[in-house]
Amino acid sequence: MSDVVIEAKNIEKWYGPTLALKDVSLVVDRGEIVAVTGPSGCGKSTLLHCLSGILRPDQGSVHFQQRDLTVQSEAARSRLRRTAFGVLFQFGQIVPELTAVENVTLPLQLGGSRYRDAAVRAQRLLDRLGVGDLAGKRPGEMSGGQQQRVALARALVTEPEVLFADEPTGALDSLAGEQVMVELVRLAREHGTTVLVVTHNVQVAAYADREIAMRDGRVESAGRVTVTGEVR
Amino acid sequence: MSTTHALLGVLAARGISHGYELKREHDRRLLGVKPLAFGQMYTTLARMLRDGYIAEAEHQRVGGPDRVAYRLTPGGHTELVNWLSQAVPPAAYVSAQLFVKVIVALIATPDEATARSFLATQRAAHLERMRELTKTKTAGGASVTELAVADYLLNHLDADLRWMATTLDRISQLRSEVAA
Ligand SMILES: Nc1ncnc2c1ncn2[C@@H]1O[C@H](COP(=O)(O)OP(=O)(O)OP(=O)(O)O)[C@@H](O)[C@H]1O
Ligand SMILES: [Mg+2]
Repeated sequence: MSDVVIEAKNIEKWYGPTLALKDVSLVVDRGEIVAVTGPSGCGKSTLLHCLSGILRPDQGSVHFQQRDLTVQSEAARSRLRRTAFGVLFQFGQIVPELTAVENVTLPLQLGGSRYRDAAVRAQRLLDRLGVGDLAGKRPGEMSGGQQQRVALARALVTEPEVLFADEPTGALDSLAGEQVMVELVRLAREHGTTVLVVTHNVQVAAYADREIAMRDGRVESAGRVTVTGEVR
Repeated sequence: MSTTHALLGVLAARGISHGYELKREHDRRLLGVKPLAFGQMYTTLARMLRDGYIAEAEHQRVGGPDRVAYRLTPGGHTELVNWLSQAVPPAAYVSAQLFVKVIVALIATPDEATARSFLATQRAAHLERMRELTKTKTAGGASVTELAVADYLLNHLDADLRWMATTLDRISQLRSEVAA
C-alpha cells in the first residue's frame, strides 16, 4: 500500500502574463526522496512553492495528507509550514546576526519550546552534521558548506514530515555538496522524512529515489510507471 | 597499450604476485574497466617479460603456469613512471556508442518528440546507474580507489546527460545543419 503524502492535481500558476506551471499533477509517497529537475525557468521553484503552500496555485489542488492547501487560509498554511514542513534553499536563509545554535533553535522556539531544551536539541543535530564545533559562530565566520549544514539542521530540527530543498548544493563545490546531500539523505531516511529536492545537477538527483523531470512548466516525466495497483 | 601499464601499476602496488592475483587485483582496482581475460593477461605478461619490465621472481612447478610469480624490474618501474608523467591526449574523436546513437536519433527520427523520448529512456538508464554508484559511494566502507572509480563514472555519466540535454535544446538548429 502506498501512503501518499503530497498530491498535486492539475495545478496552474500564472505570474502576470507568464504561465509558469501548466496542468501539473504528481504524487509523492511518504518517505520518498524525489528530485525535481529541468532547465532554468521551467518552473521548478514555482512548483516547490506551490507544494509547500508558499504560493497558492491559480488552478488545481495541492493535498498534504488529507488537507487541501489551496483552500486553507494564509495563517493555516503558515502554521503548517512551521510544523510539518522544512525548507532549505541555495543560500541566505540563516540569520546572519545569530550564532549557529541560535539559528537552529529558532524554529523550535517559534513552536513554543523553551530555549534551553531547544538549544540541547539543536546542538545534538549540529554535532550529527559535523558542525557542532561551530555552534557559537555566526554565519559570516563559516564556509558555504558549513553554513549549508547549519541551514539543513535548522530545516530538520522540528522533524518535519516533508523537507523542501531548492538547489541546496547550488553554491557549493562538489565535495561540500556531497557532504550536505549525504547528511540530508541519511537524516531523512532515519526519520522517514519525505524530501523534494530541486536541482540542475544530475549527480544530486542521483541521491533521490526518483526524478520528476520538468520542461516548460510541465512534468515531462515523473520517473515512475504505474502499471496496476501496487506494481511500480 | 595501457593494459601493460595497468598491470605494471598493480604489480608496483602489490609487490611480487602470481598471474591470477594480478588479474584479480586489476579487476578490483579498475572496477568499471572491462575485466581482464586470462588469455589477454598472459599474452601481456609474456610481452612485459620480453621487454624486460617484469621478471620471474620464483617458479613453482606444481600448479602449472599460474604458479609463476612476477616482480617489477627497474626497467618496468621507469616505464611506469614515464607513462604516468605523460598526459592522456584529450580525445580528438568521440567514438562512444552513445554519441552515434544520439546523432542518429536526431537525423533519423521524424520529430523532436521522438528524439526526446529516446533520450528520456537513455536518461533513465543513466540515472539508474548513477543511483547505484551513489549508493556504493555513500554506504560507507568504500575504499579510496572505489570512491575514485565511482566519481569517475558518475562524472562521465553526468557529462553524457548534460551533453544530451544541450543537444536536445539545440535540436532544431542541429536538424537544419545535418540536413544541409
Ligand atoms: N516572481 C515572479 N514574477 C514573475 N515571473 C516569475 C516569478 N518567478 C518566476 N517567474 C517566471 O516563472 C517561470 C518559472 O520560474 P521558476 O523560478 O519556477 O523556474 P526554475 O525552474 O526554478 O528556474 P531556475 O532553475 O533558474 O531556478 C520563469 O519563466 C520565470 O521567469
Ligand atoms: Mg529555481
